[in-house]
Amino acid sequence: MHEMGITRSIVAIVAEQAAGRKVTRVTLEIGKLSAVMPDAIRFCFDVVARGSVLDGADLDIIEIPGRAHCLDCGDEVVLTGLVGRCACGSRRLERVSGEELNIKSMELETA
Amino acid sequence: MCTTCGCSDNAKVTVTNVETGETSSLDRVSSIQHAHDHHRHAAHDHTHSAHQHDHSHHTHDHHHEPHTHDHHAQGPSAHDHGQASLRPAITAVAAAHAVTVDVGRAILEKNDRLAERNRAWFEGREILALNLVSSPGAGKTSLLERTIRDLKDEIRISVIEGDQQTLNDAERIKAAGASAVQINTGTGCHLEADMIERGVAQLRPPFGALLMIENVGNLVCPALFDLGEKAKVVVLSVTEGEDKPLKYPHMFQAAQLMIISKIDLVPHVDFDIERCEALAREVHPEIQSIRLSVKSSEGLVRWYDWLRAMHRSMALDAAQ
Repeated sequence: MHEMGITRSIVAIVAEQAAGRKVTRVTLEIGKLSAVMPDAIRFCFDVVARGSVLDGADLDIIEIPGRAHCLDCGDEVVLTGLVGRCACGSRRLERVSGEELNIKSMELETA
Repeated sequence: MCTTCGCSDNAKVTVTNVETGETSSLDRVSSIQHAHDHHRHAAHDHTHSAHQHDHSHHTHDHHHEPHTHDHHAQGPSAHDHGQASLRPAITAVAAAHAVTVDVGRAILEKNDRLAERNRAWFEGREILALNLVSSPGAGKTSLLERTIRDLKDEIRISVIEGDQQTLNDAERIKAAGASAVQINTGTGCHLEADMIERGVAQLRPPFGALLMIENVGNLVCPALFDLGEKAKVVVLSVTEGEDKPLKYPHMFQAAQLMIISKIDLVPHVDFDIERCEALAREVHPEIQSIRLSVKSSEGLVRWYDWLRAMHRSMALDAAQ
């Protein structure tokens, strides 16, 4: 399960940025086509965060839908999977979103 | 092992040089431990501000404004993907005694950065690095053994073998006549760029070599982790389902070449090669396909020609 390693990276990056301050919330952006399951990240997060400055922090995950630009008709296409087809019949799609795997922000406790 | 949060389930990754028998381990929890160190020294945090700025390109302004709660309204962050409408929701949940700080970092940034470093190292030495991926048992190691035996007088071949456990595959490669290191990932299900960096430091592939990286048998995670390779090659045997490209689209989209292996078994199995190739093209229209059998030797020439062409293009790219 690669989500464990990915969650470890999330905790390491946020803890580094927090530089010792208590983190109360972490917000992630995960694209729906990214091969990472938000539920698996949530499952791992509490375990990995334990004992770190992220211990007890809330985890918000913004799921970003897959969108593509049709190279033939120029329309925007919503992608529910990695393979898609435009209403015009074309398969020549340029993906514009859905593969995100980002730490968007963190909320720090202030004294 | 991390003594603070107990994240010891990150089993040790080891790199073994089968020429020398030397084994070294990779400490892969250092960054989390580093974070814990900050935690212990929290009381002195204010004296560390210069250090903290080294890491936080997007947060400089925010550190100095602890009373401003609507940071998201200020200026675009580097990783904004046009999701501006989602921002107010985040701002609204900031607690009275909390401050929201933009992080704007890609989660796999560290791996991607190391992979780029590997790639630059390979390009500078005209080394063709290929990342071989498949399910367990598709025949990656057998294909490598055969390739080494057939091409070793023509191209210098070095191999990095990835498996959770055992040195078996590296021993097989060594017996076939190539230099090899074995990376054991413990419980890890894929290779990552730092492991390749360490493996290459052991192997020292010569100028112009062909570096074959045999990933852990798995069609899921290896698609996500760039190792710095020139191309991914996915091996699919005819004893598997012909619809695997649809089942594991990330991998077939990431691969430049699909090898359909064990084609000598086609008369005995219900595997429609044409359909498999059509499904792979559905997922990835530009994917190339080579059908071969290590046992009957059928199709091997096409694979060798593909390798030669890739190898030549490395040298041409370097010359330009």
